[in-house]
Amino acid sequence: MKRRDSIKSIALVSFGASLFLESCFGVTREKITRSLTRYDYGRTPEETLYDDKLFAQKFFTSDELLTLDKLCNLILPPNEFGSIRDAEVVQLIEFMAKDIPSYQVPLRNGLVWINEESKNRFNNLFIDLDQTNQKEILDEIAYYDPNDNMNDLPEPVQWFNLVRNLTMTGYFTSEVGIKELGYKGNMPNIWDGVPQDVLDQYGLEYDKDWLEKCIDQSTRMTIAEWDDEGNLLT
Amino acid sequence: MQIKNRAKEYDVIIVGSGAGGGMATKVLSEAGLSVAVVEAGPFFDPADPKTMTQLKPAFYSPRRGGSSTRHFGDYDQAYGGWDIEGEPYGQIGETDFKWFRSRMLGGRTNHWGRISLRFGPNDFKRKSIDGLGENWPISYDDIKPYYDKVDKLIGVFGSKENIYNEPDGFFLPPPKPRLHELFYIKGARKSNVKVMPSRLSVLTKRINNDRGLCFYCAGCAKSCNVYGDFSSGSCLIFPAQKSGGQIDLYVNSMVRTVTTNEEGKASGVSFIDKDQNKEYKLKGKVVVLAASACSSARILLNSKTKQHPNGLGNSSDLIGKYLHDSTGGDMMAFLPELINRKTYNEDGVGGMHVYSPWWLDNKKLDFARGYHIEVWGGMGAPTYGTGFNVNNFNKFFGINKAGGYGDILRSDMKKYYGSTIGISGRGESIAQKTNYCEIDPNKVDKFGVPILRFNYQWTDNEIKQAKHMQDTFEEIIYNMGGIPLWGKPGKDANYGLNKPGWIIHEVGTTRMGDDPKKSVTNQFERLHDVSNVYVVDAGPFVSQADKNPTWTILALAMRSSEHIVEEFKKQNF
Repeated sequence: MKRRDSIKSIALVSFGASLFLESCFGVTREKITRSLTRYDYGRTPEETLYDDKLFAQKFFTSDELLTLDKLCNLILPPNEFGSIRDAEVVQLIEFMAKDIPSYQVPLRNGLVWINEESKNRFNNLFIDLDQTNQKEILDEIAYYDPNDNMNDLPEPVQWFNLVRNLTMTGYFTSEVGIKELGYKGNMPNIWDGVPQDVLDQYGLEYDKDWLEKCIDQSTRMTIAEWDDEGNLLT
Repeated sequence: MQIKNRAKEYDVIIVGSGAGGGMATKVLSEAGLSVAVVEAGPFFDPADPKTMTQLKPAFYSPRRGGSSTRHFGDYDQAYGGWDIEGEPYGQIGETDFKWFRSRMLGGRTNHWGRISLRFGPNDFKRKSIDGLGENWPISYDDIKPYYDKVDKLIGVFGSKENIYNEPDGFFLPPPKPRLHELFYIKGARKSNVKVMPSRLSVLTKRINNDRGLCFYCAGCAKSCNVYGDFSSGSCLIFPAQKSGGQIDLYVNSMVRTVTTNEEGKASGVSFIDKDQNKEYKLKGKVVVLAASACSSARILLNSKTKQHPNGLGNSSDLIGKYLHDSTGGDMMAFLPELINRKTYNEDGVGGMHVYSPWWLDNKKLDFARGYHIEVWGGMGAPTYGTGFNVNNFNKFFGINKAGGYGDILRSDMKKYYGSTIGISGRGESIAQKTNYCEIDPNKVDKFGVPILRFNYQWTDNEIKQAKHMQDTFEEIIYNMGGIPLWGKPGKDANYGLNKPGWIIHEVGTTRMGDDPKKSVTNQFERLHDVSNVYVVDAGPFVSQADKNPTWTILALAMRSSEHIVEEFKKQNF
């Protein structure tokens, strides 16, 4: 994808399109941003106003968004399940930088740093380096000793950890990422215990007397009745 | 919203619509009394698709469910939290009390953990056992019939265990334990800690044809849209409306004071309509406060008059005093056996399927009162924060390298997903006269109402109890093959004891008793000083037990409301 096209694909999704519509149709930016998003998650009026305020702001420049897009794709390259773009990871980072303002300085400083590093070493911006050179830079900041306190590590390591964390959470909370992870809940079902093959795998079994207390799911639709001692009769 | 400031005199004005207010609404309206329910927050129905968060995946939120607007995440159904803009509260000295408020119809019952434990016989008479605190003026036998009725009315799953101080009730059958809970059972038993099915007000089986059944989405904190769990709106207020009760709901209406007449009796309430920022008055023969322990204390203390210069019902000078919250301590662990798990839907109900009631004898310990243990963990729904520091657990396999980029992150994510377990202790603290909320004479909120400030310090009993929790949790974790994830907090950190208020079980601010000099309310939760004002939230609790307060709030509110009906029949109002 050419650089100009990828700017379009990122910026248009988050803001460009709304600004364009605003100038054409004269409706308020808030209305457009909300209608353009599918963020239907039960907000109170105050919370909606707050979200709208954030949607109407722009934090990262287009160049910064492009650099983030590149970084996120290096952190999690696309696979058969999906990609950073499917998961809208860069849009999430843009939103979180406004939602949690303490992210702003470290995120931006890191982007400045990686371009300086790229220029010093390879005479070009990070995004214009070939992947071998990009990885050469990342290899020096991407690893750490998990026994160390992250706050004691060099700033570029901390910054990359933050970008990696946001990338991971962005991807694995997205539709494609949840599917890849294999999370199967958040939908109506009947829980009837750990599957037998899983119990076997861990050498576990349910106690007989514990199981006898548990719900027999074939009786769940029957209205409960008790004797005077609290013994369930139905 | 109904017409305000009407000339009508209600039989009863109920302030607040959580557990206590909801129960009062149901009992009093079904007895034929006319009722006004005055709620500080907006109308809320868990079934309303406009406000519903249940079953919504993380990516419906632009912050993926993060917690910048709601403390427990975007999908938690509590409007408010620890801090509400324009409605501050203060601290005295080194106090750091956390006051959680939820302003909406149903209050905190919309998001709570649904842990529904009866207080036991000992819990009403602790002073007789260890000499600390005060006995309740009632016993377990006085309240047992009401617990029974609450069980049948609302529904609670559990199991008959025949443990003296953990009374059995009318239970629906519990769900089977999840995988991490089987690990907990194994570890706890090795440590000689009793484990049994948990007791939650979630419908695993029908109790009537009006409410839906649990469909195991782990979403109780989102408030169930089929009314498969207990919330005050779905189980008390809406059914009372449906059965034809004379109920007027006043929402976005924050009560400032209880108004009184020349004889010093209550005549109604004054409230601020938050939509118009105007003050209105409502007339009522009886006022029932159910605004939460600290909010009800605040209203009474702000209701100063000539006859009640100290605040309404405060001749004892005890309103606000004996404030106490549950103790809390937590530990999280990594279970190496659970790496690379087979994934399947293990959501279950919105909370634990197993728990440990208090199992020890304090005579053999260096602290008073006990705690119960809650269990959490497993393959939960991904939300903001999932995937952070994805491979830090490498260190437990002797690999001192984490981070990286590329496909290794995908495999590490799947490797460690669902491999953690957490255990939490929730225990009983001793009510202290020196722990209190009071009116700050110099500060008001955005409505001009004087605010509360808190004074609260834990005592040695709670701190030693927290140490016992940490030692016990560590042992259980090792016994289940786990590795604790946090350093063990030491003496300087009160052994991990949570700040007061953090467990959101604040009780005791209008405690009940037979002696008007030593208590604020009588055993029917009526002010000693004012014969037509009742408090049916957790304010009248003398002690909180090592149990969650909601089931006892409900049983007491039912008992007091029946008493109010009797008093009406005797024409005492």
